[in-house]
Amino acid sequence: MLQIQANTLDYRALNEKIRSAREDCLITDCLGQRFIADGLQDHTVTIEGTPGNALGAYLDGAEITVRGNAQDAVGDTMNDGRIIICGNVGDAVGYAMRGGEIYIKGNAGYRAGVHMKAYETKQPILVIGGRVGSFAGEYQAGGTILVLGLHTDGKPISGFFPCTGMHGGKMIFRGDVSGIVFPQQTTSHKLTAADMPELRPLITRFCALFGYRAEPLLADTYTVITPDSSNPYHQLYVAN
Amino acid sequence: MAIDYIFPTYEVVRDPNRCTVCRICETQCSHQVHRYDAGSGQMLCDEARCVDCLRCVSFCPTHALKIKKNDCAFRQNANWSQKSIEEIYKQASSSGVLLSSMGNPQAYPVYWDKILINASQVTNPSIDPLREPMETKVFLGKKPSSIQRNPDGSLCTSLAPQLTLSMPVLFSAMSYGSISYPAHASLARAAQVMGTYYNTGEGGLHEDFYGYGENTIVQVASGRFGVHTKYLNAGAAIEVKMGQGAKPGIGGHLPGMKIVGDVAKTRMVPEGSDAISPAPHHDIYSIEDLRQLVFSLKEATQYQKPIIVKVAAVHNIAAIASGIARSGADIIAIDGFRGGTGAAPTRIRDNVGIPIELALAAVDQRLRDEGIRNRVSIIAGGSIRSSADVIKAVALGADACCIATAALLAMGCHLCRTCQSGSCSWGIATQRPELTARLDPQIGAQRLVSLLTAWQHEIKEFMGGMGINSIEALCGNRAMLRGIGLTQKELDILGILHAGE
Repeated sequence: MLQIQANTLDYRALNEKIRSAREDCLITDCLGQRFIADGLQDHTVTIEGTPGNALGAYLDGAEITVRGNAQDAVGDTMNDGRIIICGNVGDAVGYAMRGGEIYIKGNAGYRAGVHMKAYETKQPILVIGGRVGSFAGEYQAGGTILVLGLHTDGKPISGFFPCTGMHGGKMIFRGDVSGIVFPQQTTSHKLTAADMPELRPLITRFCALFGYRAEPLLADTYTVITPDSSNPYHQLYVAN
Repeated sequence: MAIDYIFPTYEVVRDPNRCTVCRICETQCSHQVHRYDAGSGQMLCDEARCVDCLRCVSFCPTHALKIKKNDCAFRQNANWSQKSIEEIYKQASSSGVLLSSMGNPQAYPVYWDKILINASQVTNPSIDPLREPMETKVFLGKKPSSIQRNPDGSLCTSLAPQLTLSMPVLFSAMSYGSISYPAHASLARAAQVMGTYYNTGEGGLHEDFYGYGENTIVQVASGRFGVHTKYLNAGAAIEVKMGQGAKPGIGGHLPGMKIVGDVAKTRMVPEGSDAISPAPHHDIYSIEDLRQLVFSLKEATQYQKPIIVKVAAVHNIAAIASGIARSGADIIAIDGFRGGTGAAPTRIRDNVGIPIELALAAVDQRLRDEGIRNRVSIIAGGSIRSSADVIKAVALGADACCIATAALLAMGCHLCRTCQSGSCSWGIATQRPELTARLDPQIGAQRLVSLLTAWQHEIKEFMGGMGINSIEALCGNRAMLRGIGLTQKELDILGILHAGE
């Protein structure tokens, strides 16, 4: 394990050290450096402190753990690998995600999981322990977003306008979402036994990562949001 | 319904003395216009389906066919043209958004045709390109602001990554999905042979074309289709698409009908589902966010690739370009309002954006005024139709020009503007296998190479005539241009004098 003290390094120098390391890295005193581990394909990076924006963008197989909060654009256009945040994240987490997994213990900001997409074996997963801000899952084309609502500040589990433009994949909320307005091109149904095999590993892994007990969460009720047709945003055009 | 009837735009005229009823027109037409009538032993046609693609005309062995504009006419009206009236009928019967292909065909001014080029005589002799070498090579990328020297006095020659072009022309972005596999193959091969670049567009890069990586620009658009580290590292440069001239400000929508097989796999969208590209990148809401995206791409590719930011030419393009130049981008690509597209709403295509000539001049001048012109190279596109347009663009400030419509024409396109139907009879703007088989990439590539080679010769002739032997000496050299029939305001924006001055 290579320990890198980051408080005197700019992001370019820090990334060069991470890339040239032929082993797992522990970054200490991270002071908001951006672009950490962008495009990284192997090894594990653990971060103490607070990483800056665009952590793990285009991640391609490496695993990142942040022992605290992260900022905006975590896992932007991520292709493979894992990001674990033991705190909250900012806006635009998992933008255009196309593979891999992101587990967040706390809350996410606006625009979580926008334009997530999937194809055959590439099935991205975004699990958020707390609540999401407005515009979550906008333009979702594939993959799974799971929001557990374990936050305790009394705010609603989702902000405004979730799932606008959704044309693939699914978004799952724990508990009652009757107070939330979803677009008319989506449908919602209560989680059934048939959905459980897909949900179980996500909850089990979340609990193992962040020290929760899985049984009460597995027994809870969930609402699944999906697009209501294969082509819900087929705009009516006339050839001219 | 009679109220819906729009008379056919075209008439198919068949010379009965020449027609041998060989039925080649029937097999070649992809819009089912021609059919053989066994009863009469004659060819019949449904001219309502004709789109004037000229496939049948080109393939008829006896040249028996011609396509004419149908002279059935509304009453003459300078305000309500036939097009305006028919568009109302179409919308009244369908409630649909009018969808068109290729670039703005309306009669707005074409500034290229109002600009004239200098030639040397007497006091500054022209150069004979036959005798003296003409340098048409250009390098696109960030240039240093000053000479740097090493401690021992030698020149520090490390530069930001550059693209090397044998001549100031490259191919614009056209996505795999909007055009066919053989069309992409032709562009890739031609770029490799000519020593220039082609652009993947936002459909991702088919794995078969990774071998052409050194001549490929990979695009990162708002949908991020096909974007992963191998893709980013495969190309010679990465282009962030913020907008395109044909449809500034709006997103893209590839109809589900074109999302089949390899297109679906490369874009990671379920087959048959529309592929939607949102209007803004939803992670870039400010110039600071753009800078963040540019640097995230640089970090992910370890600063090996120049980053291009492509924008549509719109109002205040000069200020926008200044922001992009300060965002860390290495190259700005500006796409004028005449730029082509596989499909865009007609109204947006015809009414939004500004001409590339004016945008280019404004951007080049602003960057020079601010002392940051060296931070970016400029690529101009959005209707470059000839080597003369290239020379004028370079003189107005472009480091290189990109062509798309011209490239498609070289591959056999006849500009019928029906790409959105997915039934291109020339095998270019379609995914139907029986049609894409019509485009042989070897021939397509050869014709593209021939086009660029011809333009390169013409460019050298222009340069020699002006007394310039290196294209870089022409870049931004407004003194080589004069306007004709332009207002003072237009001359001021272009930064050129009037012919005779």
